Amino acid sequence: MEAAAGGGCGSGPPLLLSEGEQQCYSELFARCAGAAGGGPGSGPPEAARAVPGAVTAAAGPVADLFRASQLPAETLHQITELCGAKRVGYFGPTQFYIALKLIAAAQSGLPVRIESLKCELPLPRFMMSKTDADIRFGNPAELHGAKVQIPYLITEKNTFKRMDDEDKQETQSPTMSPLASPPSSPPHYQRVPLSHGYSKLRSSTEQMHPAPYEARQPLVQPEGPSSGAPGAKPPRHQASLIRSFSVEREPHDNNSNYPDEPWRITEEQREYYVNQFRSLQPDPSSFISGSVAKNFFTKSKLSIPELSYIWELSDADCDGALTLPEFCAAFHLIVARKNGYPLPEGLPPTLQPEYLQAAFPKPKRECTLFDSYSESMPANQQPRDLNRMEKLSIKDMADFPVPAQDVTSDDKQALKSTADEALPKDMSEDPATSKDSNSLKARPRSRSYSSTSIEEAMKRGEDPPTPPPRPQKTHSRASSLDLNKVFQPSVPATKSGLLPPPPALPPRPCPSQSEQASEAEIHPQLNRAPSQAADSSPTKKDIPYSQPPSKPIRRKLRPENPAPESQEPSSTVGGAASAVTGKPHTAVQKQSSKQKKAIQTAIRKNKEANAVLARLNSELQQQLKEVHQERIALENQLEQLRPVTVL
Amino acid sequence: MAVCVAVIAKENYPLYIRSIPTENELKFHYMVHTSLDVVDEKISAMGKALVDQRELYLGLLYPTEDYKVYGYVTNSKVKFVMVVDSSNTALRDNEIRSMFRKLHNSYTDVMCNPFYNPGDHIQSRAPAAPLMAVSVRRAFDSMVTSMMIQVC
Repeated sequence: MEAAAGGGCGSGPPLLLSEGEQQCYSELFARCAGAAGGGPGSGPPEAARAVPGAVTAAAGPVADLFRASQLPAETLHQITELCGAKRVGYFGPTQFYIALKLIAAAQSGLPVRIESLKCELPLPRFMMSKTDADIRFGNPAELHGAKVQIPYLITEKNTFKRMDDEDKQETQSPTMSPLASPPSSPPHYQRVPLSHGYSKLRSSTEQMHPAPYEARQPLVQPEGPSSGAPGAKPPRHQASLIRSFSVEREPHDNNSNYPDEPWRITEEQREYYVNQFRSLQPDPSSFISGSVAKNFFTKSKLSIPELSYIWELSDADCDGALTLPEFCAAFHLIVARKNGYPLPEGLPPTLQPEYLQAAFPKPKRECTLFDSYSESMPANQQPRDLNRMEKLSIKDMADFPVPAQDVTSDDKQALKSTADEALPKDMSEDPATSKDSNSLKARPRSRSYSSTSIEEAMKRGEDPPTPPPRPQKTHSRASSLDLNKVFQPSVPATKSGLLPPPPALPPRPCPSQSEQASEAEIHPQLNRAPSQAADSSPTKKDIPYSQPPSKPIRRKLRPENPAPESQEPSSTVGGAASAVTGKPHTAVQKQSSKQKKAIQTAIRKNKEANAVLARLNSELQQQLKEVHQERIALENQLEQLRPVTVL
Repeated sequence: MAVCVAVIAKENYPLYIRSIPTENELKFHYMVHTSLDVVDEKISAMGKALVDQRELYLGLLYPTEDYKVYGYVTNSKVKFVMVVDSSNTALRDNEIRSMFRKLHNSYTDVMCNPFYNPGDHIQSRAPAAPLMAVSVRRAFDSMVTSMMIQVC
């Protein structure tokens, strides 16, 4: 081990560790590393950046550990430098062990030097006070909370609202001290998974720190990423962490020339805002009128004065309308306010319309993606929801209510969704959303078809050539010659390519079928015309009685037509009618008759409802007239009285 | 300079009134109130003509020994009344006009906010949230202040 430690150390001094030290150090290192690398495959970007696959102790727990050693900050600085962590940028095992040794040295009163490593030293002592540990662990968590808030504003307004509330609570984070149970630290970072997917946005999320949050520990962020612990520990405000240990590890201000990070709009947020804008106003280069925007922003349930203030901040040209950058700025301010950030005194530079216009000059790209469903916000949101299992939150996005229950459930769902998938899901969402929207659009079409099924059936009733032969299925007696005659000629008719359907006989006489009857009468005539001469006389007699059943019935009857064709019906006119009326009750027609009954009952009900509504309408009209008359009477009185008072 | 500025709604109730010597506000309120009659008189006098032809600036409404009162009406019958210290003789009509114009512009900015309901009091501080200083109305307020402080 020693040799390995020495070898791994690189340019560092050889590290001689006793057995006890070795054990202790490895344990400590495991804890710190365990606290760090909770998530499968989602190691800290910094660590990943530094040494892919290597076990590293994340700076957070390490920093806590070092602080727990109760050495002054400068000493800890020195130790960090000496151990080589600063040089290589991470705490590898070697660096960690060296650091621990140096801590032990410092605690023993020895100067912090490389030479100290060679001494036999007692184990380093770490004072683990609960509150300290808690606070230290809590702070990174709340940091993450703060950081994560912004990128997730678009999808988790509710969850953020809840975080808001929690932020304001004075809570103690978990009771375990960091050393004692590093695995419990992941619960602190429940928000982290959310941000983790946005690895490429991390730099911007870094920027999102509001001024009050001084400490930055990006390394701590990734450590508990995929903990998925639903137990949401409240992140807290006012982290006062030592920056020193994390400063060198921060992915620094890549693109921020402005100090006001919370007012920076991320790409995702931007897209979301643009979508919302488009839902209100299809043309992204035009603006939203004040009243429309007012209704929209009122849904966010912020107070009117606050909304008024936000408007005044964002409507830079004071024209009473919001262009796209103004809208984005306003939306962002609303979102920030909902998450607890106090509104700024003036519009931050990152939210200035010119800046926004320049920073995100490509709404067109989003246009192509979102063209298909510009009008349906739920459709837009749904794929994201499905992916992130945040259906409730999206609805809330649409409606801006902030119920706490939704928040908690959303939060849990959010936690469960791994951060890694979030970002790729975003990209996959876009084609998915377009497909979904298309399918959504397709569905109504199909529904419309189903709603007109009766008409369809009627039409289709025209197409099939012949009605099914009732007689064949059941009662032989029911196989009226009439029916067969009715069907029979239709077959040749259709075969000859002529018209439509011979009228199947009506199940029972109904007024709704009167039209069908007339139609049917025509049909038999037409059908009979080309029919063979043998049928001519009987068919004519059939005409008056040949009322078609409901069209679906007709449809069903037709396929069976060829069968009765073989039978040669002889017509008995007298019996035909009764037989005809009896026919519908055959088993073959029972289904269609049921349908017909259902249709008829529905029609009846609708008529009744119509009648009721008409009555109601007339009553209300009368009331209105009466009220009008009263009003006129009162006005007359008023005019009479008025001259008296005016003078 | 202007010692009192008031914005009166169409129904002749004050939307905004502010005076500089804060100890004797009641006097200014009374002066503004009485000036409303003069404003109405002037409006009705020109009322026969089209509204467009009616000039917005009404000029000196009436002088007292200490103060002069100027009036201005918008097309929506919102009146601005300004009370000026008489001792300030350097104040020319054009300056008064420009002051009214600025006032009008600030007022329109306030109106542009869809969350501002016409007829609401123009207050520079939201009652419930002391931090939420409403900025355009604050701008209105500060503009009024600047008018008041400017010369005197």
